[in-house]
Amino acid sequence: MKCELCQEQEATIHLTQVVDGAVKKVHLCEACASQSGFDVHGPMSITDILLGLGHQDPPATAKPAAIKARDRSCPRCHLRRADFKKSGRLGCPDCYAAFADELEPLLRAMHRGDQHRGKVPAREQERVRTTRAVDSLQAQLEEAVRAERYEEAAQLRDAIQAARGADQEDTDAT
Amino acid sequence: MNINDLITQPTAWLPRSADDGGIVVSSRIRLARNLKDTAFPGWAGETESTRIWDNLQTILREAKALKHPFAVDMGDCSTLDRHILFERHLISRELAERKAGSGLLLRRDESLSVMVNEEDHVRMQALRPGLDLNGAWLEATTLDNELEQAVDFAFSPQLGYLTACPSNVGTGLRASVMLHVPGLVMVKEMNAVVKGMAKIGLAVRGLWGEGSEASGHLFQLSNQMTLGEAEEEIIANLEQIVLEIVEHEQNARWRLFEQNEAYLQDRIWRACGILEHARILNSKEALDLLSDLRLGINMGIVKQWPHRIVNDLLVQTQPGHLQKRQGRRLKPAERDVARATQVREQLTTMDGEAGQHDE
Repeated sequence: MKCELCQEQEATIHLTQVVDGAVKKVHLCEACASQSGFDVHGPMSITDILLGLGHQDPPATAKPAAIKARDRSCPRCHLRRADFKKSGRLGCPDCYAAFADELEPLLRAMHRGDQHRGKVPAREQERVRTTRAVDSLQAQLEEAVRAERYEEAAQLRDAIQAARGADQEDTDAT
Repeated sequence: MNINDLITQPTAWLPRSADDGGIVVSSRIRLARNLKDTAFPGWAGETESTRIWDNLQTILREAKALKHPFAVDMGDCSTLDRHILFERHLISRELAERKAGSGLLLRRDESLSVMVNEEDHVRMQALRPGLDLNGAWLEATTLDNELEQAVDFAFSPQLGYLTACPSNVGTGLRASVMLHVPGLVMVKEMNAVVKGMAKIGLAVRGLWGEGSEASGHLFQLSNQMTLGEAEEEIIANLEQIVLEIVEHEQNARWRLFEQNEAYLQDRIWRACGILEHARILNSKEALDLLSDLRLGINMGIVKQWPHRIVNDLLVQTQPGHLQKRQGRRLKPAERDVARATQVREQLTTMDGEAGQHDE
């Protein structure tokens, strides 16, 4: 397939966008893509490329599918994955949950372990205790299921639910 | 209190005497904390930063651990005052470049301080002279306990204290020591030590932190990993390595003394000669010579000056301090003259004071 811009080079970059419910595809060679301001290795701006091709402005509501997956953002502070890649810093405490997938290997490479073992704020001690208790019960439950000790597994399941329930009441009360 | 009062007092991180040969210059504990449900400083807007600074400032001013602190608002802090605070290791390069909506709260003896809205909302720092990581940790955690009664910190049971940079998550703890190791540098063993440190997850930096070169034979050694170990473990590991380096440095010094005493004596006395008589000293030359003088005093070769003289001079000969004393901006060439004068005068004033202040 030839590049849609220069019609000469082989297209190696394929972008997908949904405009008004219809899927549009753009095929470009690397040279034209970077000339259109498209950073091959960074977050992409399909709008710019489409504008460069002479298309009408895509409606503001259009969600470019290809961008959505690569450029997820934190629901609380709206920091995008690309912002984090650029600065190395997260936007708010919730980013740890929003970008958990990409942070996990990073944290493992940076640190001694992936479980905090240090100080706990006084107000968080109850929550930490419950989380640790549930984790431990969960491991026992998996072991019981694997060994086909179903009666024990059922008891463990109830214990987990009870622990989680107690935690929930605590949180509601505060 | 203002910045002028600071420059006349000794810094919190420089020891009055040298029990261990002055090899461990100082110990520092830094704790990073952030407010729950709030954007980190680098991502928060100006309005939000100002609100956070105002709120934290009010709380910190009342903190018992800080004992009626001195507050510096970066919004109205002059360039020169920023230099002074940086040279005294009270603010980082990053905070020095920030504007309104951030600042510093400082216990008047400088041993405990809090940067607000640097990389994280709260960065507590406890400084102690010599090797005293536990003492510094106790100071910092006491302040932390006090703060967590007033605000909710961002915390996750799995990841611990949540920080702007994932490299600080967990304990948010950076424990570091400053080491003076001229012996290891002279016997050319320091490079191997630096490589070894990297392998066991410790960072080695120069006197002025990240990116600075190790001039004056001064190095900062700190933990890099903050998640997966308790604070006490991180501190104990670092302390053990420090004690090993101290032993290596002592060996290196005595090897130099036994194998090449004339060279060592010559180097130290030359440094004294230049420091006592030079009329122009640039900062690198001053630092290198002061390092040699420090070694001479700590090894008992030079006896007329007290241990603290070099520690004082290390700070007093920094550009910010020199300019503050002169009360005006100095061009680099003028600074070199002012530096040489400062050194000469202090060496003359304190000649013969050895022993009087070193108990």
